[in-house]
Amino acid sequence: MKNHDIVEKNIGLMVLLILVAISFGGLVQIVPQFFLKETTEPVEGLTPWTAVELEGRDIYIREGCHVCHTQMVRPLRAEVERYGHYSVAGESVYDHPFLWGSKRTGPDLARVGGRYSDAWHKAHLYDPRAVVPESNMPAFPWLFDNILDGEHTAAKMKALRAVGVPYTDEDIAGAQEAVQGVSEVDALVAYLQQLGTLLKQKR
Amino acid sequence: MSTFWSLWIIVLTVTNLILIYWVLMANRKVAVSDDEDPENKTTGHVYDGIEEYDNPLPKWWFQMFLGSMIFGVIYLILYPGLGAWKGLLGWTQINQLEREQAKAVEVFSASFGRYTDMPIEEVAREPGAVKIGVRLFGNNCAVCHGADGGGNFGFPDLTDNDWLYGGSPEQILKSLVDGRQGQMPAWDTILGEEKVVAVSEYVLALSDQAHDAARAAAGKPVFEQNCAACHAVDGTGNQVVGAPNLTDDIWLYSGTAAGIRQSVRSGRFGNMPAQKEMLREDKIYLLAAYVYSLSLEADE
Repeated sequence: MKNHDIVEKNIGLMVLLILVAISFGGLVQIVPQFFLKETTEPVEGLTPWTAVELEGRDIYIREGCHVCHTQMVRPLRAEVERYGHYSVAGESVYDHPFLWGSKRTGPDLARVGGRYSDAWHKAHLYDPRAVVPESNMPAFPWLFDNILDGEHTAAKMKALRAVGVPYTDEDIAGAQEAVQGVSEVDALVAYLQQLGTLLKQKR
Repeated sequence: MSTFWSLWIIVLTVTNLILIYWVLMANRKVAVSDDEDPENKTTGHVYDGIEEYDNPLPKWWFQMFLGSMIFGVIYLILYPGLGAWKGLLGWTQINQLEREQAKAVEVFSASFGRYTDMPIEEVAREPGAVKIGVRLFGNNCAVCHGADGGGNFGFPDLTDNDWLYGGSPEQILKSLVDGRQGQMPAWDTILGEEKVVAVSEYVLALSDQAHDAARAAAGKPVFEQNCAACHAVDGTGNQVVGAPNLTDDIWLYSGTAAGIRQSVRSGRFGNMPAQKEMLREDKIYLLAAYVYSLSLEADE
């Protein structure tokens, strides 16, 4: 039997068979997730980010917060004990892209909403060492000086609507007005204070 | 999971396993029997007189390959993986979590729980409870109030036995459970800058600090008209609404002339988040006892 000769001497056939061989994993593990209720339906009470929160989220991404902070509480006892209810896919269905992250230098932020006061977040973002002396988080003082003009907020919301986030026409029409004049730090704190507030579990 | 996607996963997974097995067996060469045939000894490739041997797969490699397939089949029978098949063990990551949590609650209710039936005054004097309290405080409260409970600008010092909302065990517990919302309004548009400065000088006078006497005198009626409702006529405050005592030298924000003016102008809205939906009752109880114990130290 020299069957493998046939494959090894026909590069086109080999490419085809390699594609078949490596596609099984994706077809089984990824494709069904696009259609399952657990991964495509929002959890009860989930609403799209408001215009200000959406801008706050973009600041979160711009400043690279997701590089050091995950937004994914895994279903492990130690994590649930520290952060609260484990994350579920339905909480992220309106997030494009999601910010689950893959590495924690700082703590997970999936359930940070409501944990601290707005004043604490601002003091902490201005100078983390002022409230947490051992922190190695960078300071973000420019967030206090930068004021949003909301010029692109409506366009961002339209783009998100195109991929399935249920923004209404009123949301989009009022976006610039809502965002205009808000400082970047206020937008970021507004975003942080909404994170993970839908699922509650005592720690 | 719908029947279609369940079948999709099962069919693809099983087909994949069968195909892998077929590829392995179809190309396998069994050493002894095949090698007797000289035709079969080499691959038939000859380059410059050099022949390529067609040797069998190493036995260890072949056996490990089969072994991993057998492992896979057993795994898919015991654990969820084949579509809607739940596995013979009934394992899920959530029921594993819940089992571990139940076990932890059992352990903690033995150590934490034995204090919840005692009055907070007594718990605060139990060395074991205080030890647990230190850890809980470090994990949950220290980011605002400091690791030693000494507070920070805008976050009260819990060790000085000076209280915004009262330092009785009941009030401390209430602060933890329901949180506290500071509500010092902004006065700049109501009073105007001149009166803001005057009333700030009066507050400086109340706390025995250097002040402009003429302005303070002008500020006195402003204070009595606008501030006394919460801070009391003599400025000693009111713990029912969380209005601080302005006559001592303890300042949550700033006690300087500029700091007081800023507080009057823009107001202060301190916010202690309610813990009732975030922390278990036994933890909150121990924390209340620990915070109470901090003020005991201050008394002694």
